[in-house]
Amino acid sequence: MNDPANNSGLSFSIHKGVTRWGETGIKFWLRICTAISLFTTIAIVVLLLVESFGFFREVSPIEFFFGTRWVPLLKPSSYGVLPLLWGTMLITVGAAVIAIPLGLASAIYLSEYANDQVRAWIKPVLELLAGIPTVVYGYFALTFVTPALRSVIPDIQVFNALSAAIVVGIMILPTIATLSDNALRAVPVSLRQAAYAVGATSYEVTTSIVVPAGLSGVMASFLLAISRAIGETMAVTLAAGQTPNLDLTLLESIQTMTAYIVQISLGDTPSGGIAYQTLFAVAAVLFAITLMINVISQWILGRFREVYD
Amino acid sequence: MAQAEYVDATTEKKKTSEAVLELQEVSVLYSGKPAVKKVSCTIWRNRITSIIGPSGCGKSTLLRSLNRMNDFVDGVSIEGNILFVGQNLYGDAVDPVEVRRRIGMVFQKPNPFPKSIYNNISWGPSINGYSGSMDELVERSLQQAALWDEVKDRLQESALNLSGGQQQRLCIARALAMEPQVLLMDEPCSALDPISTAHIEDLLFELQSRYTIVIVTHNMQQAARVSDYTAFMEMGNLVEFGETDQIFTRPEKKRTEEYVTGRFG
Repeated sequence: MNDPANNSGLSFSIHKGVTRWGETGIKFWLRICTAISLFTTIAIVVLLLVESFGFFREVSPIEFFFGTRWVPLLKPSSYGVLPLLWGTMLITVGAAVIAIPLGLASAIYLSEYANDQVRAWIKPVLELLAGIPTVVYGYFALTFVTPALRSVIPDIQVFNALSAAIVVGIMILPTIATLSDNALRAVPVSLRQAAYAVGATSYEVTTSIVVPAGLSGVMASFLLAISRAIGETMAVTLAAGQTPNLDLTLLESIQTMTAYIVQISLGDTPSGGIAYQTLFAVAAVLFAITLMINVISQWILGRFREVYD
Repeated sequence: MAQAEYVDATTEKKKTSEAVLELQEVSVLYSGKPAVKKVSCTIWRNRITSIIGPSGCGKSTLLRSLNRMNDFVDGVSIEGNILFVGQNLYGDAVDPVEVRRRIGMVFQKPNPFPKSIYNNISWGPSINGYSGSMDELVERSLQQAALWDEVKDRLQESALNLSGGQQQRLCIARALAMEPQVLLMDEPCSALDPISTAHIEDLLFELQSRYTIVIVTHNMQQAARVSDYTAFMEMGNLVEFGETDQIFTRPEKKRTEEYVTGRFG
């Protein structure tokens, strides 16, 4: 009976027997959960587009994209988004100027120079910095950075772009440092060895071999951090103020796109009016910019993966 | 450069050569655990020395201690002396960067830089202040590595487009461009197909007259074919060291005979 060579003695079936209900149920729930997040994203995009469309029936896109005055709530109203875009750009560029060199330097230190013990405590500290609520950064800007700046630049306003740019820079620094560190550490050890074997110093290995080899990952970290700076809301609302401003100045109050959205959302603007619809038009611009940057950084990261395959 | 004169009466070949590296009771320890135990031997100028032995016998570890590539591994310590033309490689005043300029290395897996073929060769000499004609140096190095004819029309292309065997010859060319006193090769053919391996072995014969080469290999036939001297290692010990002919035909130690005749390992 138990002779394995005797096939006629086999008495089992490989056809479906019991339906595994647990398995089916779990698969169903996982699908629902995925669908919810997908649906939410689609709903937000649709809502932004529909409401923006309503806005553009009232205001010409030319006025919106090229107008230089943003006065949506007072008469005579004007709907030029450039001052808000400019405010966002000032903060973003200022933050990037601070965070990119510091973040890249930290990443190089962590990946090429620090030993395991040092890394083991610096990395969590950096991640802690990334976990601080952004409202705390805003508060920090208002109560510490601005007073400190005032002691150097006496005529700086209470709300100013500089202090906001500085704290946003500090805020995105961990993103750059940790993601760039990951990118540099992904460069194969064999490349570093090859470089050392032709008599290179650590500095030469880092600047000529490791950073260029990991450059796409490093660039992607810059872009992700910049996209965070663009979308940053609480800190800039608190620190930079609520004054749409198209001047090249870091010392005065400005308004970013996000800060405008906060202002309208918190105010008593009636829903359905044109002022209410500006919210969606501005949000759509914000979304388009961050989406574009994220797509570019994904594309760069995709190229990065190919190099060592 | 001052050379340590060394004359050994035992063989004709040694008489015409001099010691480039002298290992004196060299031990390599990983966090206190010895991977190489009290190895003593001499590497002769313009000769090929191969190190053979089963996996994990410490041959790669020993090789990497010869140009201080072990410095990058945490917890490594070296005991004993390695004299490089008379100077202690691990002396306090020694700059490991200078050591690696003079003792080049080719690794197990081809590891070209993600740069052009040309820049793969020129990078090392240029950071080390090479002042001659870089074009000539690149051509000469590629010719020495028997790669010139295959790549001369596409020097600006990425080295990553080359086949594995071509990449490994490029890595050899890159090491040769530094005009090293010694070339260390860590199983340079283990990732290559038989045809590429044959290419590299032919190349070793070509290089033999001008370079001192230490090659670690898994492949006993390769050691027998290409090397003048052979070191057989097992469990971190240097079991036997001698001329390749003698090691393969008249080994003194029983363990060596068992290994070279394929009875273990």
